[in-house]
Amino acid sequence: MLGDAGQLMAARYQMAVSLGFHIVLSCFGMAFPALIYLIHRRGLRGDADALVLAKRWSKAAAVLFAVGAVSGTVLSFEMGLLWPGMMSRYGDVIGLPFALEGIAFFIEAIFIGIYLFGWGRMSPKVHLMTLIPMIAAGVVGSFCIVSVNAWMNSPSGFRVVGGRVVDIDPLAAMFNNAVWLQFLHMFVAAYMVVGFVVAGVYASGMIKGRRDRLHRLGFTAAFAMATVAALVQPLIGHVAGMRLAEHQPAKLAAMELAPVTEKNAPLVIGGILIDGEVRYGIEIPGLSSLLARGWFNRPVPGLDQVPKADRPPANVVHNSFQIMVGIGTALALLPPWFWWRRRRGRRPIDSKRFLRIAVVAGPAAVLALEAGWTTTEVGRQPWIVQDVLRVKDAVTPNGGIWISLSVIVVLYLALGMITGATLRSMSRRWRDNGEIELPTPYGPPAPPATTATTAAAAAAAAAAQRVSGR
Amino acid sequence: MKLAELCAALMFFGVVAYAIFAGADFGSGVWDLLAGNADKGGELRAQIDESIGPVWEANHVWLIYVLVFMWTAFPTAFAAMVTTLFIPFMFVALGIVIRGSGFAFRKFAATMTQARLYGVAFAASSLITPFFLGMIAGAIAAGRVPLTGGDLWSSWTGPTSWIGGVLAVLTCSFLAATFLAADAARGGNHALAAQCGRKALVSGVLSGAVAMIAILPIERDANTLVDGLQGRAAPLIVVSAIAGLFALWRLRLQRYARARVGAVIAVASVVIGWGVAQYPWVLVDHAKIADVAGARPTLVGLLIVFAIAAVTAVPSMVWLYLLVNRRESDHRITGSS
Repeated sequence: MLGDAGQLMAARYQMAVSLGFHIVLSCFGMAFPALIYLIHRRGLRGDADALVLAKRWSKAAAVLFAVGAVSGTVLSFEMGLLWPGMMSRYGDVIGLPFALEGIAFFIEAIFIGIYLFGWGRMSPKVHLMTLIPMIAAGVVGSFCIVSVNAWMNSPSGFRVVGGRVVDIDPLAAMFNNAVWLQFLHMFVAAYMVVGFVVAGVYASGMIKGRRDRLHRLGFTAAFAMATVAALVQPLIGHVAGMRLAEHQPAKLAAMELAPVTEKNAPLVIGGILIDGEVRYGIEIPGLSSLLARGWFNRPVPGLDQVPKADRPPANVVHNSFQIMVGIGTALALLPPWFWWRRRRGRRPIDSKRFLRIAVVAGPAAVLALEAGWTTTEVGRQPWIVQDVLRVKDAVTPNGGIWISLSVIVVLYLALGMITGATLRSMSRRWRDNGEIELPTPYGPPAPPATTATTAAAAAAAAAAQRVSGR
Repeated sequence: MKLAELCAALMFFGVVAYAIFAGADFGSGVWDLLAGNADKGGELRAQIDESIGPVWEANHVWLIYVLVFMWTAFPTAFAAMVTTLFIPFMFVALGIVIRGSGFAFRKFAATMTQARLYGVAFAASSLITPFFLGMIAGAIAAGRVPLTGGDLWSSWTGPTSWIGGVLAVLTCSFLAATFLAADAARGGNHALAAQCGRKALVSGVLSGAVAMIAILPIERDANTLVDGLQGRAAPLIVVSAIAGLFALWRLRLQRYARARVGAVIAVASVVIGWGVAQYPWVLVDHAKIADVAGARPTLVGLLIVFAIAAVTAVPSMVWLYLLVNRRESDHRITGSS
C-alpha cells in the first residue's frame, strides 16, 4: 500500500486526469454553440451548405456534450470524494458559484435537448435562437467554475479566527480579485481550442483531397473564430501574469524559473532547476522583469521568497508554462499569415504546407490548454487554497485512491478513444451517404413489407457494407 | 420555517425531482437491458431512445443541483457523507459516466455490433447507478453516516441500504414502464404500449410488495426513520399507497396517461415521506439541519439561486417537455407485424 504521500499523489493525479479530460470537452460546451450559431445563421440566410454543416455539427455536439456532462459530474463528485477537507471547511464560502453553475448546466442541457430535437420541428428562427441560451450558459457556467479556481488562487470573502472560518461573504469570494482575468483567459482558450480543432479536422480532409465547399466553409468559419481568440489571448494572458508578482509570487517564480529575487531578471527559455541552479536554459537578460513586472528595474520574485516547504515544483510549472506560451505565440501568428496570404489573392488552403500546419494547430491548442492549466494548478502547490489550506490537509483520509485512479484512467482512455472513433465514423458516414443513424438502436422496427428479422439483417448488412466500403 | 430548513427543503426538492425524472430514465435503461435480442427488443429500444433521448441530460442535472446544495448549505455533512460512502459514490460516478456516454454513443453507432456493446453499457449502468444511490440513501436513513466518518464498508451494507438499492431499481423501473407505455400509446403503437403496461404492472406490484416486506428489517435497522415513517410521514405513505394502487388499476385498464400521474404521485410521496421521516436530521442520528448549516449569507445566496433557477431553468424545462410530448404529428408509426 502507499503511504500518505502516495495517497495524496494518487488523489492529485485522479483530479488531474478527470479535469484534464473534462476541460477539453467543456471547451466544446462553451464555444461550440457559438460556432454552430454562426454557421446556422448563415444557413438560414440561404447558404444550404452552411445548414448542412450546422446539422452535422449539432450531432457531433450531442456526442461531445453527453460525454462532457458525465465527466463534469464526476468532477463534482470528486470535489467531495477527494478533497473533503476543502469542501467541509470552505463549502459554504465557495458554494454559491457552484450553485449558479448548476443553473447554467441546466440551461445548457435543456437547450441542447431542444436544439437537437428542434430540427424540422419548429420555426427556423426560433430554432436558431435556442442556441443563444446555450452560448450564454457557456459564459455564465465557465465564469462560475473559474471563479472557484480563481478563489483557490486568490482566496477572499472570509476570515480565519482561532481556526474557525468566519465572516463569510460568498459574493466577495466569488468576485475575488483573480476571477476576471482568469475567466477571460479560460473563456478565450475555449474558443481557440474549438476553432483550431474544428478547422484542423477540415484541413485534414482537404489534405486528403476533399476540397468540396463543405470543407472550405467549415474550415474558414472555425478558423475565423480561432483567429479572433488567438489574437486577443496573448494580451489577456500577459495581463493575468502581471498580477502574480503580488498575489502568487511563488507561482510566478516557478513559471519564470527564478531561484532568487532579482531586478533585471532574465527570461529563461527552456532549462531546468537542479539544486537551486538553472541549467540548460537560454537566458535573455532583463526580459523576465519587463514581461512579468512591466519594466527592467522591477524585481521578479524568486523561489527564495517562500519557505522551502511552500515552493511549487518549479520545473513542471516552468516548462508547462513555456509550452503554453510557445504554442500560444505560434497560434497567434498563424491566422495573420493565413488572412494576409488570402488577401493577396493566394489561397492558403491550396497549400499543403499551410493545411498541415492547420491540422497540427488543433492538438497544439489542446496541448496549450492542458499546459496552461497545469501551470496554474501545479504552480499553486503545496496549497489547495493559496496560503490557507494545504492539499495534504484537504485530501480524503480514505486509502486505496490508486484503485479509483486506475479505474478513471482506463475509463477515460476508453471514453476518449470511443468519442474520437464515433466522431470519425460519423463523418465517414456523412461523406458516404449523408445518413448516420442506425434505423434504431438495436434492431429496426419492422417496416410494413418485411418481417422484423429480415429488416434487422438488412440493416446489419447495410451497416457492415458501410464499414467495409470505407 | 428557518433559513437552513428552507434550504434543506429546496435541496430535497431536487432529490424528489431527480428520483422521478432521472429515475424514469434509469428505469428505461433497466428495461432496455431486459428487452431481449435485437429482433425482439428493437421496438422497445427505439421507444426508449425516443422517450429519454431529448430529456436525459436535463434530468441528470438535478443530481448536480442536489450535490451543490448539499455541499454549500451543509458542508460538513456533505464531507462526512462522501468520505464514509466513498465506495458507493464511486460506483455511482462510474455508472453515470457509462450510462450517459453509452447512450450517446449507441445513437450514433456505426454498426449493430457496436450499438449492442454501447447499449449493454448504457443499460447495465442504468441498473447499477440507482441501485447504489438507493444504498447511499439507505445508509444515511439508517443513521450509519457519522459526522466524524464511518466505516468504509459496513456503513452502506446494512439491511436498509440493500432495501434502498432494490427499491430504487424497482421504482425506477415502474416509473419508466409507465412513462414508456404512455409514450407508446400516444404515438399510436398500442401493442408496445400494452407490453410496457404489463412491465409497469409487474414492477409496480413488486415495488409495493418489497416495500411492505421491507418494513420488518428496516424496523430493526433504522429506528429513527421508522418512527418518522409511522408518525409524521404516515399520511404520505398512505397517499403513496393509494396513488400506487390507482396507477396499477389504470394500467390494467390500459389508461396510461392517468397511470403515469398515479405513478409519479406514488413515487414522489414515498420519497418526500423519507425526507419528512428523517427531518430534522441531515445525517440521521448524527447531524441535524441546524447543527451543520453553512453561513447565513451563503444560505440566503442559495435561495436567490433557487429563485433564478425557478424563473430560467424551470420554464425552459417545461418547454422541453411540452415539445417532446407534442410530437404526435411527426411520430413514426411503428408497425408491430
